[in-house]
Amino acid sequence: MTETSTNSPETTPAPPGPLREFWSYFRENRGAVVGMYIFAAFFIVALIAPLLAPYTPHEQFRDHLLQPPFWQEGGSTKFLLGTDPLGRDMLSRLLFGARFSFFIGVIVVSIASFFGVIIGVIAGFAPKWADTLIMRLMDIILSFPSLLLALVLVAILGPSLINAMIAIALVLQPHFVRLTRAAVLSERTKDYVTAGRVAGAGRLRTMFVTVLPNCLAPIIVQAALSFSSAILDAAALGFLGMGAQPPTPEWGTMLAESREFILRAWWVVTMPGLCILIAVLAINLMGDGLRDALDPKLKRS
Amino acid sequence: MSLLEIKNLTVEFRTANGPFRAVDSVDMTVEAGDLRAIVGESGSGKSVSMLAMMGLLPWTANITADKMEFDGQDLLKMSARDRRKIIGKDVSMIFQEPMSSLNPCYTVGRQIKEVLRQHTPLTRSERQARAVELMDQVGIPDPAKRLSAFPHQLSGGMSQRVMIAMALACKPKLLIADEPTTALDVTIQAQILDLLIDLQKTEGMALILITHDMGVVAETVDRVSVQYAGQRVEEQEVNALFTDPHHPYTAALLAALPERATGKHLPTIAGVVPGQFDRPKGCLFSPRCAFADDLCHSTQPGKASADLGEALCHHPLKNGQPVSEEPA
Amino acid sequence: MSAPILTAQNLCRHFEVKTGLFGGSHTVRALDGASFDLVPGRTLAVVGESGCGKSTLANLVTMIDTPTSGSFAIDGKDIQPGDELRDKKLRAKVQIVFQNPYGSLNPRQTIGKILMEPLLLNRPDIPADEREKRAREMVELVGLRPEHFNRYPHMFSGGQRQRIAVARALMLEPEILVLDEPVSALDLSIQSQVLNLLTDLQDKFNLAYLFISHDLSVVRHFADDVIVMYLGKPVEQGSKEQVFNAPRHPYTKALMSATPMADPANRVERIKLEGELPSPLNVPVGCAFNPRCWKATDQCRAERPPMSGGDHGFACFHPEGPEQ
Repeated sequence: MTETSTNSPETTPAPPGPLREFWSYFRENRGAVVGMYIFAAFFIVALIAPLLAPYTPHEQFRDHLLQPPFWQEGGSTKFLLGTDPLGRDMLSRLLFGARFSFFIGVIVVSIASFFGVIIGVIAGFAPKWADTLIMRLMDIILSFPSLLLALVLVAILGPSLINAMIAIALVLQPHFVRLTRAAVLSERTKDYVTAGRVAGAGRLRTMFVTVLPNCLAPIIVQAALSFSSAILDAAALGFLGMGAQPPTPEWGTMLAESREFILRAWWVVTMPGLCILIAVLAINLMGDGLRDALDPKLKRS
Repeated sequence: MSLLEIKNLTVEFRTANGPFRAVDSVDMTVEAGDLRAIVGESGSGKSVSMLAMMGLLPWTANITADKMEFDGQDLLKMSARDRRKIIGKDVSMIFQEPMSSLNPCYTVGRQIKEVLRQHTPLTRSERQARAVELMDQVGIPDPAKRLSAFPHQLSGGMSQRVMIAMALACKPKLLIADEPTTALDVTIQAQILDLLIDLQKTEGMALILITHDMGVVAETVDRVSVQYAGQRVEEQEVNALFTDPHHPYTAALLAALPERATGKHLPTIAGVVPGQFDRPKGCLFSPRCAFADDLCHSTQPGKASADLGEALCHHPLKNGQPVSEEPA
Repeated sequence: MSAPILTAQNLCRHFEVKTGLFGGSHTVRALDGASFDLVPGRTLAVVGESGCGKSTLANLVTMIDTPTSGSFAIDGKDIQPGDELRDKKLRAKVQIVFQNPYGSLNPRQTIGKILMEPLLLNRPDIPADEREKRAREMVELVGLRPEHFNRYPHMFSGGQRQRIAVARALMLEPEILVLDEPVSALDLSIQSQVLNLLTDLQDKFNLAYLFISHDLSVVRHFADDVIVMYLGKPVEQGSKEQVFNAPRHPYTKALMSATPMADPANRVERIKLEGELPSPLNVPVGCAFNPRCWKATDQCRAERPPMSGGDHGFACFHPEGPEQ
């Protein structure tokens, strides 16, 4: 019949691309969008903290110990959010604290996801005994209360921010392993993987070039959610004196330093606590939105 | 009075990218005891129209119709609760995937008896007896024992028989079978089709078979309506449809059947079914039609006369040639 | 007829399946003794219902899996059971097209990348620009448009995806193409387009096709030779005319009778096969078809019938047809 005379279906506009589709799903979740904006603001603050902060975080004003925020009696606009027991400006310390929290989140998630994903892909492709070995090892790590395990690790490695981050990464990493392995197992039986093997793809190429990119959606969601738990765990370790050491302006450490003034000066405890709360909440909201947008199982047709 | 009468049924789905019209002004009249098929390719809206009639579509669907009556009752005015009383009792449906249509957590006996409990006043022991009778009726060997089987213990063919037993539980007046054999092997397909036809005769119910398989249509039903891109393009008796299709789409589809091929090359229909983003302005089939002219590309055709199968075409075919009858 | 490109002798693939918690194991004979030749320019169709071993056969021929026993030779090169199939040149000679066009293309790669990947892996001697040139030529050859080159698979319909899958299979200039139900996921109007494309490509490149299908109408149109399989064993094989016009095995006859024909004026009484397909885990003793066969005798229930009949082979003690 006339194969050439009709061509309109071939040249019609393509359906919306993956990015636009992602955005249209993400946008539907109002909380996720708000979370994303807060996260973006958080990122910018962390980036340009030295420009925003009126003082350096370590500068002590001996005449202004425990001065309340400006709107309270005794406060002054010189120190917008008041000062801490050593006379350091709270606002400056909080702004710099954002840097640390962001830094912790990025490093911890990078370490945890990098090793977690690699181990997960290997487990997904490994023979049964190796797979079992890896997964049981991960189960053992998961069976410890995560903060306790991190505490033990820090106790062994010595208290410092770097060691705390390593410990948290180790605790978070089994989640990535499990998730990646599950995604790999469901992808590797698909025909395109077999087609790749028939075309001559080796094992490593199949694992990391063919299969891995198709498993990224759940991993991205997990990374976002891990970001917030990393911040939370680091703050907890800092609060227990096992994370960042004073005078580092890390939010958890700030909390710990000023816990004895909680009854006299509410702001020294409340402000860092609020910062942690808002950051974690924003990231979790955003993570939920990512899950809605990226997880095909939750998509409405 | 007809058993089922649908006039001008349109179903639109709200999607992230604007409305999508899945069913477009479809009419259908089914008499009691009819044996008919709706045939069409994927995306032709053949299942959606029946689901809309049964009220089984999700909330994103926007259903409009001039008339939708079942057995004298107006389905459009009916509350969802009243409609549920009819669905499952007087109208039943079986689906393509028998394995996923049964709840894997319960025995098949429990699932059959649940239907009986919902729709009949039978007592416990009567329900048991009726369930055994139904299982026997659909040709399941050793029915009393099989009642306590779980769905995963049954093969695809057996599961489909159980689905049919459930659908028959309340002696429906109309059974809708949505691709009932597509997931099954050929020899099992033959068994299930024979069973459906036997039951249709003995129970005197009307049967609507939704399928994409022209062979199944030819061997099973009496009357066929052909759907394309949400529209009913033609409706005829089965013999007439296969010997003298009136819509160019039906004609092209039949010509593309491998068993009708004469040479090494099959006749094809160029292009693809229009999707959400490329609906043509005129006749929906015009971009792929061998007979299309300017009129077809610009104006939507109306229905032709009944002896031309009510073909939705400006130039319906007669013996393979277009006749220039103006649509009635 | 030219010399065969692939010769298979008595190919078998058995799987060990553990039954129960304590060690008891069971052998599943997914494929049990298939012998056939693939000839350039001809199509051998493998027909059967689920569990008949057609997909196992496809996996063996494409060297994704290795046979338990039996051997096959490609282009005179013998492949024995247990051979490490590392010979890339040999592998490149056999390519495959899958049934489901939605799962067979990597959703994260553009069409261009998908088509160039086989060359990148197998022919590192070809420079990048030559690679792209060949891929673009292939896009046109299978009836797609040049602008499709940089699009992703999800932007295409099922029929177009199947064209892309065919194009990918042809990039390495194979001599054998395994077609695993290539049109059964497609609509009728698209099915004929893809079948025509495959016919044209076979003529153009003199390809040998191993065409796996359950649809007898398509096979009758498309194939030259046919093997009918039942529960892992070939029950009848011969040329298309022999098998379709004068089937000898009762199963072949029943299968053909069960296949609906689009001809309402000629409704024939179907041969009704009783019972279900047995599970491949539990194949009946003797002839696998005996519990459903209307001609079965004690001999059928005790012994497995051998393939007999030479050119038009059948495995049955009581064949249909002229000698009856």
